[in-house]
Amino acid sequence: MRWQPAELVATRTESASARTLVLRVPGWPGHRPGQHLDVRLTAPDGYHAERSYSLAAPADGDHIEITVQRVRDGEVSGYLVDVFPVGAFLEVRGPVGGWFVWTPETGGAAVLIAGGSGIVPLAAMLRARRKAVTANPFRLLYSVRTPEDLLYADELAELRRAALTPAADPIGEVCYRGDPESDENIDLFLAYTRTAPPGDPRPPGRLTRTEIARLALPPSPAVACYVCGPTAFVEFAADALVSAGHAPAMIRTERFGPTGG
Amino acid sequence: MTGFSPGFQGRPRPQSDRLPPGQYLVEDFPVLSAGPTPRVDLARWQFTITNETGRQYAWSWPQLMSLPQERPHVDIHCVTRWSKLDTRWQGVSLDSLLENVETQAEYALISSYGGYTTNLPLEDLMDGRAWIVHTYDGQDLHPEHGGPARLLVPHLYFWKSAKWVKGIRLLDQDELGFWEAAGYHAYGDPWREQRYQDD
Repeated sequence: MRWQPAELVATRTESASARTLVLRVPGWPGHRPGQHLDVRLTAPDGYHAERSYSLAAPADGDHIEITVQRVRDGEVSGYLVDVFPVGAFLEVRGPVGGWFVWTPETGGAAVLIAGGSGIVPLAAMLRARRKAVTANPFRLLYSVRTPEDLLYADELAELRRAALTPAADPIGEVCYRGDPESDENIDLFLAYTRTAPPGDPRPPGRLTRTEIARLALPPSPAVACYVCGPTAFVEFAADALVSAGHAPAMIRTERFGPTGG
Repeated sequence: MTGFSPGFQGRPRPQSDRLPPGQYLVEDFPVLSAGPTPRVDLARWQFTITNETGRQYAWSWPQLMSLPQERPHVDIHCVTRWSKLDTRWQGVSLDSLLENVETQAEYALISSYGGYTTNLPLEDLMDGRAWIVHTYDGQDLHPEHGGPARLLVPHLYFWKSAKWVKGIRLLDQDELGFWEAAGYHAYGDPWREQRYQDD
């Protein structure tokens, strides 16, 4: 796979430690939601550092997006979040990965479970789902430390406003329930693990097995589950889905290790 | 354009000649799997080698443990770019397992509990280069890392070292495994940086 120059044309600050980079890659072949790309940086002495990043959105012509979370002591992430200037170039190659993908053409209903920056490839699926003419139900369970750590906060808030009436589910936890008659049959559940925003009836804490079993779509051969986040989170959530009756073959996982930088 | 990534300095350059191109060193042990971690019951665990005529050779857990045990001390390289030096394992050499297997086959397709597969030439499993390991760093191999037993083929990218290994089919024709069919390299030599299909 060939390395191609990519120009940084815009950025968005997503949180104190995460930045979305909009890159222009002439001739980008397109990609499927969930795929990633390789990024290569070059130092003045010719040294290269390479990392993989999930694509955060469907391609818009030759414009693509990645969201980079700064990792402590990260060699590459620190540069991409804090230094890499608009108008400058780096190299990319991709798209890569054919397993952790959802497409409007082939995809049916989906359960998306994100831990922290594991939201990124799932956001690409969610964005593709919202653009598509389909009523396939989507459930997004997003575990995040604090409201300040929430990625794509405005978009998620807009999603709630557009479709949905915030409603307490029978157990009393906040669940944003989509209208099954509309295109926006998308539910969003936010689990704050450390600090919840004022008014959130769910006390801060880790996502539980019970929540996963209750809020995911019922197990079915037509329901695919995608879990992305740190290893311990993915192990837990994937195991909870299996316990809830989802077939292991219908559960696709991607892990962000603590290292990677 | 004056060059790529202006202002990027990078870390001090690793001096190790044990680091393949495009890799960086880690101290911890990252986990990568495509699905949930299967829980495998040792009482029902079985490892099989099936040759090209369909003849099957099988080992139970106690049978595996009764074979000569080796302690490979190796470097491992993941296609996601981390490398880990000096990992210590215990297990059975594939040479011991293949010793009495009749075959003229040239290819092997590894399969795992949970449905994962990966392919490699049979010769890469021979001559002291591959093991079925059950112990890492003196402890039972954790399920996240492929326990109760995984394949260890450290001279290839680590996705070839199938976790939760269940069996090997010996084949006259190469058959692509899970990641290989999804665009990753059929062989995966880290020293030639064979990450993707056309590398």
